[in-house]
Amino acid sequence: MKPHLKPEDAVKLIPDGARLMIGGFMGVGSPHRLLDALAQSGKRNLTVIANDTARAGVDIGKLIRAGAVSRLIASHIGLNPETQKGMIAGEIDVELVPQGTLVERIRAGGYGLGGVLTKTGLGTIAAEGQQTVEIDGETWLLAKPLKADFALIAADQADYAGNLQYQLTATNFNPIMALAAETVICEPREILPVGMISPDVVKTPGVVVDYLIERAA
Amino acid sequence: MKPDEIIQRRVARELKPNSLVNLGIGLPTGVAKYIDEHANVLFESENGIVGLAAKPPEGMDDPDLTDAGGGTVSAVPGAATIDSAYSFGLIRGGHLDATVLGALEVDERGMLANWVVPGKMVPGMGGAMDLVTGARRVIIAMNHTAKGAPKIVPKCTLPLTSIRRISLIVTDLAVIEPTDDGLVLRERAPGVTVEQIVAATSAKLVINGDVPEMDLGVAA
Repeated sequence: MKPHLKPEDAVKLIPDGARLMIGGFMGVGSPHRLLDALAQSGKRNLTVIANDTARAGVDIGKLIRAGAVSRLIASHIGLNPETQKGMIAGEIDVELVPQGTLVERIRAGGYGLGGVLTKTGLGTIAAEGQQTVEIDGETWLLAKPLKADFALIAADQADYAGNLQYQLTATNFNPIMALAAETVICEPREILPVGMISPDVVKTPGVVVDYLIERAA
Repeated sequence: MKPDEIIQRRVARELKPNSLVNLGIGLPTGVAKYIDEHANVLFESENGIVGLAAKPPEGMDDPDLTDAGGGTVSAVPGAATIDSAYSFGLIRGGHLDATVLGALEVDERGMLANWVVPGKMVPGMGGAMDLVTGARRVIIAMNHTAKGAPKIVPKCTLPLTSIRRISLIVTDLAVIEPTDDGLVLRERAPGVTVEQIVAATSAKLVINGDVPEMDLGVAA
């Protein structure tokens, strides 16, 4: 059985300076209560790897507002002016990565691959300083793997063995990140007895999940 | 007819039955209104859905069913949801028939700039670079000018989205196709003259004989 924790206890596992992958797309499929607790915990110097930072003061945007993030790797920050302000002021070191490349870098990290070759970004400023690879006369851009200390993900249903299934567009980066971090903390909408989720609909097997967040009181 | 409706109706006629299409947020999203529901055009969104449909009636939405802008949507019967890696596999892997996107600038080579204004607006590229690099057809849907200034220029001054040439430009004034010979003026919007289009474009246009009026499927 996986340990199931209250959000405020789960964030005690995360030290200042930790490197976090956080699931979600504009907050959809983000671990909302875990992010609330993390924003309130006063952590500093976090590195966040995520698709975006949602909107100002919402989900990952709460971490930005709390000043908890010093480095960010994301594909889009356009809907959160506070992240843009932090970047321009030099308070947050932001690396912008094309979305398809970002998810492949995370996947490569989790799947034990040395990188991924893509055409996306080739010849643009997004490729500056990056290695290209020639294969059979074609030029590709090398996207290097990403890993993290913690993945903070969300799921629809979990069982107490940590098996996860996702709902609709709340899936997004969550199952990919679940393989790419040392410690995986998942906030499911509900936790069911083991055996209640059909093996065929389990998208993330419990074996890669370390902690579950208790359901809301 | 309003400029946006001209653009959206004309782009809608570019989308083939039984195709998979990604519509950008904003003006391109509105193209869906003008697609024949029997054409079985499937819309996908990079956050992970094939079979996206319009926003449901107030109170009938689900916070876990959204488009790439984070707004709630609905889905057609037969829709499928996918994770982000699969979603970009569809986009980059040649499975997406068309993407319809806005632009800041398009140039004589058919290069597109639509993701950043250095020092002013740094939103990030999101999925735009993957879409422009990977979709079978890239259709630009935009107003011909921005505050009177041409957006179709000799050479993009803003950072490019991709070095891949886009397929078609549809504006409130014209339909323009980038080719090896340059930007070919294919069609005029209803009531617009070739001279008006040339005046609103700083790029050189290739004009071959009479330029027909756009067919919007309805009276303008």
